[in-house]
Amino acid sequence: MTRQDRRVLTDKIITALSFIASFIGIAALFWILGVLFYKGFTALNLHTFIYDMAPPGRAESGLRNALVGQLILVAGASLIGVPVGVLAGTYLSEYGGRNGKLAKLVRDISDIMMSTPSIVIGAFVYAIVVAPMGHFSGWAGIIALAIMMIPIVLRTTDDMLQLVPGSLREAAVALGAPKYKMIIQVVYRGAKSGLVTGILLSIARIAGETAPLLFTSFSNNFFSTDLNKPIASLTVTMFNYATSPYEDWIDMGWSAALILALFVLGANITARFLIRKKKGEK
Amino acid sequence: MATVCEVKEEHIIEVKNFSFTYAGADKPNLKKINMPIGKNAVTALIGPSGCGKTTLLRCFNRMHDLYPGNRYDGEILLDGKNILGKKEDLIALRTRVGMIFQKPTPFPMSIFDNVAYGLRLQGIKSKSELEGRVETALKDSALWNEVGDRLKNPASALSGGQQQRLCIARAIAVEPEVLLFDEPTSALDPISTQSIEELVLKLKDKVTIAIVTHNMQQAARISDYTAFMYMGDLIEMGVTEELFITPKEDMTEQYITGKFG
Repeated sequence: MTRQDRRVLTDKIITALSFIASFIGIAALFWILGVLFYKGFTALNLHTFIYDMAPPGRAESGLRNALVGQLILVAGASLIGVPVGVLAGTYLSEYGGRNGKLAKLVRDISDIMMSTPSIVIGAFVYAIVVAPMGHFSGWAGIIALAIMMIPIVLRTTDDMLQLVPGSLREAAVALGAPKYKMIIQVVYRGAKSGLVTGILLSIARIAGETAPLLFTSFSNNFFSTDLNKPIASLTVTMFNYATSPYEDWIDMGWSAALILALFVLGANITARFLIRKKKGEK
Repeated sequence: MATVCEVKEEHIIEVKNFSFTYAGADKPNLKKINMPIGKNAVTALIGPSGCGKTTLLRCFNRMHDLYPGNRYDGEILLDGKNILGKKEDLIALRTRVGMIFQKPTPFPMSIFDNVAYGLRLQGIKSKSELEGRVETALKDSALWNEVGDRLKNPASALSGGQQQRLCIARAIAVEPEVLLFDEPTSALDPISTQSIEELVLKLKDKVTIAIVTHNMQQAARISDYTAFMYMGDLIEMGVTEELFITPKEDMTEQYITGKFG
C-alpha cells in the first residue's frame, strides 16, 4: 500500500465514522419523537383538554388543570424573566461598556447561572420562598423558572444588540436622538428578530423543566389558578403519572410528554425560522 | 503655525486653540487648531489616514461624547457660542449640526420613517406636516423621483447610493445649519459618487458643509476652502484653487503632489 493509498483510505474511514456518528445523533431524535407520537396519541383525545386530573380508572380524566397550570407558570416566569433579562442585556450592551468591569462580571455570573443545575435553583427557591411561606405555591414556581430564564435572555439580548452596527447608533444620535430613544427605536428594531428568537428559546427551555417545580409549585390534582396554592404543571404531572403503577395514568403521562415536546419543538422551529429570516435580510 | 487664508463669508464655526485627546491617549490627537468655517460654503478636510480630519469633524457635533473619557480643550464657536461646555444641550446641538457617515446608515424601517425620524424626535406629529417635509427633503436630496411612489418600502432595499442620499434627506429634513460629511462617497461607485457631489453643491445654498475626504480630486471639485491636516496639526487652510495650485506650505505641496500619504 502506497502512502497515497493509505491517505485515501484514512479519509474514507473518517468520512464514514463521522457519517455514522451524525446518523446516531439524528436517529436518537427521531426515535424519541417516534415513541412520543406513538405512545402519546394513544391516550390523547378531547378528554385530555376538557377534564382535570382524576384518580386512576376514571373515564373523565384529563390534563386540563396541568395544561392551564403550565401556561400560567411559563407566562408568569416570562413576565418577570423577559423584561429583566432584556433590560439587563441592554445595560451590558449599551450602558455598561462592552469591556466595563461590571458588565464583564455580570456576563460571567450569568454564564455560571446558565449552567447551574436546575434542581439547585429549585432547592434555592424552596429555601427562600416555600419554607418561609410554609407551603408550595405557584409564585415559587414562577420565581424558580424566572431565575432560570433571566441569564438566557440576558446573554442573547447582549449578543444580539452587539450585532447592531455602531454606525447605526451614531446616526440616530447625530439626528438628535436621546440615548433611550436611540436604543428603543433603532437598536431594538435592528435586533428585533434576534431578540424574539432569544426569548422564544428561553421559553422553550424553561417549559421543559421539572426539577425546579418539584420543590416549588409542586402539583395539584384540582383545577387552580391561585398562585398562593400549589399548582399543577405538565412536567411534574408527567413525572408523577409515568412513575405510577396505573396503566391509564402512564398513558396520560405520555400524552403530557407529547404536548410538552410539541410546544418546545414549535418554539424552537419558530426561533429557527426567525433566525433564517434575519440572515435572509442581510 | 498653520497658514490659514481669509474666509470672506460669515464664520458660522470658529475653531479656536482647539485640542482633542482620545480616552487613554497621553498626547492630544488634535493640537491647537485654529480655523474658521464659512457660512454656506463647502470646506473640505484632507490629509493622510490618521491625520485627525474625521476626529475634528466629529467634534463639531460632539459625537465623541458617545464614548467616555475623551477630552476637548480650547473652543469651538457655533454662531459665536462655545459648544464645548459641559452643560451644552447635545440634542439641540445635533439638530443644528447634522452628520452623514462613511457607510450609509439607513434605519431598519421604511423610507418614509427614516426621513421622518428626526422630525418625529422634534415632536412633530401632524401627518400632513410630516408628509410635506419628507417630500421636500427627498426632493432636495434628488431621491424623490426614484422613491416617491414606494415610501412604505424598507430603506434597506435601496441601493448603496440611494441609501446615502436617503441619509442626506434624513439629515436635511430637520433643517440643520451645518452638515458634516464623513467620507460620504468612499463606499460608493463613481456614478453614485457624482450624484452625491452634485447634491453637496446644490445644498450649500441652504446649509454650511464640512466634508472629510481622502480623495483630493473630490475636494478640488466641490469645496470652496480646503484644509490640509497632518498628524493632528492643521498645516494649511486655503481657498481650494489656491491651495491646490499654489500651496503656501511645503508639506501641503508634497502631499498634493503625491510625495507622501
